[in-house]
Amino acid sequence: MKGILTICRKELEDHFSSTRFILLFTLILMVSLVTAFMVGTGLRDELQGVAKPTFVFLMLFTSPGKLFSLIQFIAFFGPLIGIILGFDSINRERSARTLSKLVSQPIYRDSIINGKFLAGFVTITIMLLAIVLLISGLGLRLIGVVPGPEEVWRLAIYLLISIFYISFWLGISILFSVIFRSMATSVLATIACWIFFSFFVALGASLLADAISPVDQSAAVSNPELLIQHEKIRRVLSLFSPMTLYSEATTTILDPLRKTTQSLLLMGPMERLSITRFQNPLPLSESVYIVFPHLISLVAITLLCFAISYIAFMRQEVRST
Amino acid sequence: MNGKTVIETQELTKVYGEQVAVNHLNLRIPQGEVFGFLGPNGAGKTTTLLMLLGLSEPSSGRAWVCGFDPTREPLKVKRVVGYLPENVGFYDDMNAVQNLLYVSRLNGIPDDVSREKIEELLKVVDLQAEPKKKVGDYSRGMKQRLGIAEVLLKDPQVVFLDEPTLGLDPDGANQMLQLIQSLSRDKKITVFFSSHLLSQVQKISHRVGIMIKGNLVAVGRIEDLAKEKLGVGQESYTLEEVYMKYFKEGQS
Repeated sequence: MKGILTICRKELEDHFSSTRFILLFTLILMVSLVTAFMVGTGLRDELQGVAKPTFVFLMLFTSPGKLFSLIQFIAFFGPLIGIILGFDSINRERSARTLSKLVSQPIYRDSIINGKFLAGFVTITIMLLAIVLLISGLGLRLIGVVPGPEEVWRLAIYLLISIFYISFWLGISILFSVIFRSMATSVLATIACWIFFSFFVALGASLLADAISPVDQSAAVSNPELLIQHEKIRRVLSLFSPMTLYSEATTTILDPLRKTTQSLLLMGPMERLSITRFQNPLPLSESVYIVFPHLISLVAITLLCFAISYIAFMRQEVRST
Repeated sequence: MNGKTVIETQELTKVYGEQVAVNHLNLRIPQGEVFGFLGPNGAGKTTTLLMLLGLSEPSSGRAWVCGFDPTREPLKVKRVVGYLPENVGFYDDMNAVQNLLYVSRLNGIPDDVSREKIEELLKVVDLQAEPKKKVGDYSRGMKQRLGIAEVLLKDPQVVFLDEPTLGLDPDGANQMLQLIQSLSRDKKITVFFSSHLLSQVQKISHRVGIMIKGNLVAVGRIEDLAKEKLGVGQESYTLEEVYMKYFKEGQS
């Protein structure tokens, strides 16, 4: 345990003093603040003279403003944080020949990779917490609404989901840093993975759904089952993208009026009825219930990813040359 | 040197695929000895070191270092053994003290103890002059000396040095060898080192082992080996002649 903490401490020092981390953090902070400011002022104008909706505060994070909402931004660029924190964690030590030194110290070999993952995890947590708190503070000043306990809880869950989402990408990048000796290769491989899973899976899902269960307009009218099947296939496939998982989970948790993660097409008649007739927000427990599978999947793929890199690292021969 | 045995191997073997890197190695090294491990590149010297440290698992055979089996109790072995890898690496953006402090923390030494110790060790290896200088700006010799300081940080009973004089200028190499000699003489540390500088190995080692293609072809005091191979008496041989004789036999 001592070994893990020592390594974690050193990695944290490295992270927080590295130029790339400061650049990235500044960039994300600036974009977040600008977005929050635009959304906040927009909200303030819209709410002028209107009865206040129940969950105004959460709108700071979910409403798109002029460009994109904050959660969309984190969904797109959050992975970059994970990638940048992890892509050279093992192979940098290898190329600097410090790895053979580390493993010849009286610490368990897995302390090295555990400590590095833990340090990345802590960094991500600090970063996201800082951003969410800053935006909340800014929001407090801009719209002058104090978040209720439920909103705070929802934000906390959102934070947790986001931490795991970014940690998943940290896990992927550490995995590639174990597998590839060269830092350039590992960063390219990670970014390729990111682009593939974040952008192409969604496209591919529609294409595959078209191929498996083709729908033409005339058939759809007479046979709605077909349309539903097509949509189901598309949805299942698109869930392979962590970004879809993340976006669905966070929009549901931050918007109490959303009662399902599914698209309108797949809703049952009761769900559709409830959306149009009952404009009541879901209680927190129900929202959590809806996104629970998403949450579990995100945690699972993060752990899986870390487990693979753990095994790969433990099985690697350490040679100084 | 008749102290207790600190390093012992029995039929230690490592096979990589088809290739036998170390072939049934039997070795016994008493405490306080300076043991020179010779052999051409790729003879299996580093592999042997890695197995003795528990960083690589032997295919068969056993080893003991200070009474511990490195395969089963690697942590206990690593606690008492200092290892200087060939081409030792440091964190280039930290200075010498920070580098050493990190290693001492990994060894579980409290900071206030290690700070004093680091200062002392930097004096020993003659690096105390520029404490703020980043290790990235160090010359090869300075890095190698810092490596020695790092190895000594944990008060080892045994040190493994893999090519400690590689790439050093003659003066630097001499300093390094004197340092190695003083470890055995003053602190009773067992030194197990590999090197290609035969004349210098001759100067400082009590015994040498010659490894060729994974086989330990000779082990013993240099004068005994010389007597056996060259049939000459004291002072009229060099280790180089002995080594080349074994090397040619090993090749054929």
